[in-house]
Amino acid sequence: MTLLDITNLSLRIGTHEILKEVSLSVEAGEIVAITGESGSGKSMTAFSAMGLLPETATTSGGISLCGTDLLAQSEAQMCDLRGQAIGMVFQEPMTALNPVKTIGDQVMETILIHKALPPDQARARARELLDRVGLSADRFPLGRFPHELSGGQRQRVVIAMAIALRPKLLIADEPTTALDVTTQAQILELLRDLVREFDMGLMIITHDLAVVADLADRIVVMRHGEVVETGATQTLLHNMQHPYTKMLFAASNHQVTLPEPPAPSPLLEVKGAVRDYPLPRKNLFAKPEHFRAVKDVSFTLYRGERLGLVGESGCGKSTLTRAILGLEPLQSGEICLDGMAITTTQNPEIRRRMQVVFQDPFGSFNPRHRVDRLITEPFYTLIAPPTGSARSDLIAETLRAVGLQPEDAQKYVHQFSGGQRQRIAIARALITRPELILFDEAVSALDVSVRAQILDLLVELCEAYGLSYLFISHDLSVVRTITDRCLVMQKGEIVEAAATEEIFANPKHPYTRALIAAAPQLPELDQGAA
Amino acid sequence: MTRNLILGTGLSSLVVLAALVSFIWTPFDHTAMDIPAKLQQPNGNHWLGTDHFGRDIFSMIMVGARTSIAVALVAVGIGMGLGVPLGLAAAANKGSWLDEIIMRANDLVFAFPSLVIAILITAIFGAGAINAIAAIGIFNIPVFARITRGAALSLWEREFILAARVAGKGAARISGEHILPNIANLLIVQGTIQFSLGILAEAGLSYVGLGAQPPTPSWGRMLADAQTMVSFAPHLALIPGSAIVITVLGLNLMGDGLRDWLDPKLRLAR
Repeated sequence: MTLLDITNLSLRIGTHEILKEVSLSVEAGEIVAITGESGSGKSMTAFSAMGLLPETATTSGGISLCGTDLLAQSEAQMCDLRGQAIGMVFQEPMTALNPVKTIGDQVMETILIHKALPPDQARARARELLDRVGLSADRFPLGRFPHELSGGQRQRVVIAMAIALRPKLLIADEPTTALDVTTQAQILELLRDLVREFDMGLMIITHDLAVVADLADRIVVMRHGEVVETGATQTLLHNMQHPYTKMLFAASNHQVTLPEPPAPSPLLEVKGAVRDYPLPRKNLFAKPEHFRAVKDVSFTLYRGERLGLVGESGCGKSTLTRAILGLEPLQSGEICLDGMAITTTQNPEIRRRMQVVFQDPFGSFNPRHRVDRLITEPFYTLIAPPTGSARSDLIAETLRAVGLQPEDAQKYVHQFSGGQRQRIAIARALITRPELILFDEAVSALDVSVRAQILDLLVELCEAYGLSYLFISHDLSVVRTITDRCLVMQKGEIVEAAATEEIFANPKHPYTRALIAAAPQLPELDQGAA
Repeated sequence: MTRNLILGTGLSSLVVLAALVSFIWTPFDHTAMDIPAKLQQPNGNHWLGTDHFGRDIFSMIMVGARTSIAVALVAVGIGMGLGVPLGLAAAANKGSWLDEIIMRANDLVFAFPSLVIAILITAIFGAGAINAIAAIGIFNIPVFARITRGAALSLWEREFILAARVAGKGAARISGEHILPNIANLLIVQGTIQFSLGILAEAGLSYVGLGAQPPTPSWGRMLADAQTMVSFAPHLALIPGSAIVITVLGLNLMGDGLRDWLDPKLRLAR
């Protein structure tokens, strides 16, 4: 019998239609991946099955779990089912755990709430579960607190909580999005093993098609609250019917061709850069210790070069970015732009030549300013900023260059989508024609189709303006296509630096090899989905 | 617009209106004594009755509103005018000696019970409205400095501030251009609440005779005067008491309502 059966599920909140006639099913022991871009309704589908919808939501259609109609259950009955019959793993392991309770107590909580076992046996069961998810008793006693664990370890605890009562169905909402690639590979492996072992159904929600292709038995592609295509993974991958599915896969694997860089002449030189952070004092009189986030890093970025910087979270790449921008001081070493040393004191001569695009398209702008004011902020560094019609012409030209309309200058940022905001951020970085632009995870928060557009835009701008940039990212597939040369950073040090193709084709350092091996790959699609 | 905001604004504007009208018109001269008409209950002629000198209570309440509002307004002005720049400076130089000095000085002021020190100040420099204003104002400074620093610190971490720094803007310019407009909501709400506390403090100081001096009417002193007669003329105490309650309640409701209304995050949550 089908484990989870969703038939013609429609959901509206107020007048807003979230889901339209969604039908899908999950069998026992099967991994079904629901994928789609933001706003496609994939998370709402999962929340419907959990009965965790906002109170104002109205539903029609049916959701049945082993023949029980979930939509007809009262809240008390749903509480019984949650944890017992359905387990859930959330995206953000940093917030999914209660910081003041030990991991043992949190795993036991599920067992105790459902009165499945008396407390002493529940404790033993919690221990077994933590062992099962790979947190061994000697290193991870039950008394550990969440803050003592890394992101991947916390996600293991969350999974242990979800499978505590051997639910028939496990729902995982973007379980690896917040994790590094090497950790992601381990967590996906764990989930796959658990499904086989417990004969659970797993409904995994993810935007990452490489993960989907790698893990799922069946794929459900959603857009605007509708299922556009569904099928067994291999069949669907090799025979995509819907244009949206084709577009999605093409965009995930989007390749661009960069123009040839000019002859190398050094632009940015980083020589022996060291950056320490003071740690909190252990006691009042002890000298505070230091954490060395960037250890003796040296590299050169040449004029017209597109340089990548890859590393996992905590490797020091953001710290290095801030040091290059002159936002934070170095403890030793030197960073020079065109021969001038970069320091934290404001030097307009240097400021004018360097700009930055940040990751978060929502936090990068003052919400109270209009676009024209936002993108002209770097004019502050100019000796004679353009005024009057020269200014408005430049604004219009820059907005057109990033694919927006000149009329957009009078709007506020909240009127734009995430991808459009990232275009505005690029416009701001571009307007003074800086010699160097830093992209700090600039496409990481974007949907794949939007990301593909932004990558195309970067190539166009490279051709038009001969950009030099440092592209900082954890996403190997993006770095591979958008850079000429690439640096790999681990624990504050650059472990490998070579031409990008060389690094991917022939990685020398073991860490680079591990990174490339862990990154989920889209299979080669013979039909050429583009 | 919530019920709180409407009710609060209504009550507060009633008090402000009374204070404004008192400049051009009051039913009687609030200083004119009329001994034969003393201690009257509220009636058609004297709407809220008369006190032990036969002065019209309604007129005194109206003029008293003026005193309360003036004292609280200037006190909040002092608190904001000094506290906000101090808080912005502390946030902009987080962790520096300037930050330490400003915040430890704030802690020092906070460490003393405000009303007791206000009494001390007025006792040393003499009773009077000006000294009361200064005393209340000084204790508003750390309130605004702290709230400004706290809110500004989280903004300093935002990427649009980093972008402004990359554009070469200095701390002072970023504070004025980016930080202040984004914490204005918070300051307005806190200002309303401090305003009501200022009115309470002024009433308290006047009650012990350290606030506005006669003949300037003050709600606090009216309460003090009524104290001995509360057994046979309770309205003498009830009326200024109610005036204080209504004003403070109105301002607090307004502050609460404003916070809900101005904070887009809370608005979405509802």
